[in-house]
Amino acid sequence: MLKSDRTFFLRPQDMIGIAILAILLVVVLPLTLDNFRLQFVGKYLTYAFVALGLVLCWGYAGILSLGQGVFFGLGGYCMAMFLKLESSSVEATKIQTTPGIPDFMDWNQITALPLMWQPFNSLTLTIIAVILVPALFAFIVGFAMFKRRVGGVYFAIITQALAAIMTILIIGQQGYTGGINGITDLRTLNGWDIRTDSAKTILYFVCVALLIACILIAYFVKSSKLGRILVAMRDKEDRVRFSGYDVANFKVFVFCLAASLSAIGGAMFTLQVGFMSPSFVGIVPSIEMVIYAAVGGRLSILGAIYGTLLVNWAKTSFSESFPELWLFGLGGLFIAVVLIFPNGLAGLWQTYIAPRLGPLFGGASARRASPPAATPPAAPSSGTAAPAAAE
Amino acid sequence: MNTAVIADTMNKDFVLAVEGLTVSFDGFKAVNDLSFYVDENEIRVIIGPNGAGKTTVLDLICGRTRATTGSIRFKERELTKMKEHEIVRAGVGRKFQNPSIYEDLTVFENLEISYPKGRSVPGALTFRRDRAVKERVQEVAETIFLADQLDQRAEYLSHGQKQWLEIGMLLIQDPELLMLDEPVAGMSVSERKKTAELLNTIIKNRSVIVIEHDMKFVEDIAHKVTVLHQGKILSEGSMAKVQADPKVIEVYLGH
Repeated sequence: MLKSDRTFFLRPQDMIGIAILAILLVVVLPLTLDNFRLQFVGKYLTYAFVALGLVLCWGYAGILSLGQGVFFGLGGYCMAMFLKLESSSVEATKIQTTPGIPDFMDWNQITALPLMWQPFNSLTLTIIAVILVPALFAFIVGFAMFKRRVGGVYFAIITQALAAIMTILIIGQQGYTGGINGITDLRTLNGWDIRTDSAKTILYFVCVALLIACILIAYFVKSSKLGRILVAMRDKEDRVRFSGYDVANFKVFVFCLAASLSAIGGAMFTLQVGFMSPSFVGIVPSIEMVIYAAVGGRLSILGAIYGTLLVNWAKTSFSESFPELWLFGLGGLFIAVVLIFPNGLAGLWQTYIAPRLGPLFGGASARRASPPAATPPAAPSSGTAAPAAAE
Repeated sequence: MNTAVIADTMNKDFVLAVEGLTVSFDGFKAVNDLSFYVDENEIRVIIGPNGAGKTTVLDLICGRTRATTGSIRFKERELTKMKEHEIVRAGVGRKFQNPSIYEDLTVFENLEISYPKGRSVPGALTFRRDRAVKERVQEVAETIFLADQLDQRAEYLSHGQKQWLEIGMLLIQDPELLMLDEPVAGMSVSERKKTAELLNTIIKNRSVIVIEHDMKFVEDIAHKVTVLHQGKILSEGSMAKVQADPKVIEVYLGH
């Protein structure tokens, strides 16, 4: 009957795409990269969570947030607070004036653990906080703005201001947040040393598993009626409103979802890299994260993942050889995306490569309902695999 | 006569009762102390020169613009205090002047979004495309001559088809009061004829307010015509009566 008539939320070409990404991340990269490089990929993947949220929020719903670093940071800080408390046991900190509290608090003449730190003694509460604290914050911001119909460029500017405010707040409240240094010297997770190579490899796989889970969530949302409402809203907001929907609620929802996804990435960042600092919260990282999604293709869930990996790989290799040139490169890349390939790598894949592989991808090239989203695996993946060959 | 009209209005259950409606934008009164009543199953056409406030009246009824003073009652509910989506859910549907459809979605998906179910966030996440939905979409698509285009992306439709699609999106909501802003504007002669036919099938069991410039079309469908001029009612009544009104002739021809 209808082509749009499907019962399962993944189309065959989506499953192939996810499978290829999974094989790349679980088999190909771990086998071809040394531990040191694999840890880099693990770090990049934590940004991919943010890019994933941006695809839903920006690509589908048309809400450009230039402050996703705030949510990445909130997730990261929640996790860091737990790890810090664990590494600040009374014996480990017995040289302090007040043993048993994080070192930076002691340096700032704080003599008891602040109330806001208390819940982070528990891992369960921490995991809940990683997901809920950013969502709650996004809810407050989103509710206040979307109910008042603040949108478009104004919303982008306000989120950017939030990123700046959050950085200033974290740096200013040194006694509670560790200030500009962030929260460092994290050692164990429930007694398990996260600094060893084997722990880092395990964390890499945990990160990949979580990312795949989040990708599935994104596909589920995208293929539900809610996903189509987001696209409809981006196009004709008034028509959706006058079809009986409270548009603001849908925007708040997708903004909160993007915040939670970013926060999971932030928490995984803290675990893999071993610290969290305000430099991952501010304006610059927030905009970089938007570029990841733009390069990969803001309408493509998988494209954004590849975009993140590629841009970060380029950043690492570039800044190893020409550190001062990287920012120009990044700026140029962004301009190129906007001017030449507005739908990013996924768009290129779809226009030039997918039609030639048509039969292979279950008719991905055939015209299909919702936005030009059917997604692209192999093209960018060969690019990501390139560093392996290059090393 | 005035008292007779008021007495008359008190005794009847109008679907829509607009009374003393005024809206001013920076002192300019786009709609000025406007009152009119729409009966059950009535087709009311609003005509008037450009800038008469026709579209503003529809905007006020559907909540897009807030009234400065006055009241709009729809089935005994005060619309001026309700939010747009609540007004829609109460049974008021609005078609915009330019075809307002979702270009990136298929015809099926366009209609499905207007299907009055799963309108909350959790409802939309768990919405299932069940038989009732498919049958209703199919039925409406046939009415609006788009049954063969269900899988087509809406951006590839012709202008006339886009207008029909939006009418279909309203139809699927099954509103008790349907408001159409220039439904045949920009249509070819044959599309216009088909649209008149379409409107005649969909007006059953509902009240309709239409804004239209095409007098031939107005004559074909109107039960009653309201002529607006500078935010006020200039004349109201049957098409013949309105056309014979010297004030109307002056406004239309005097310019």
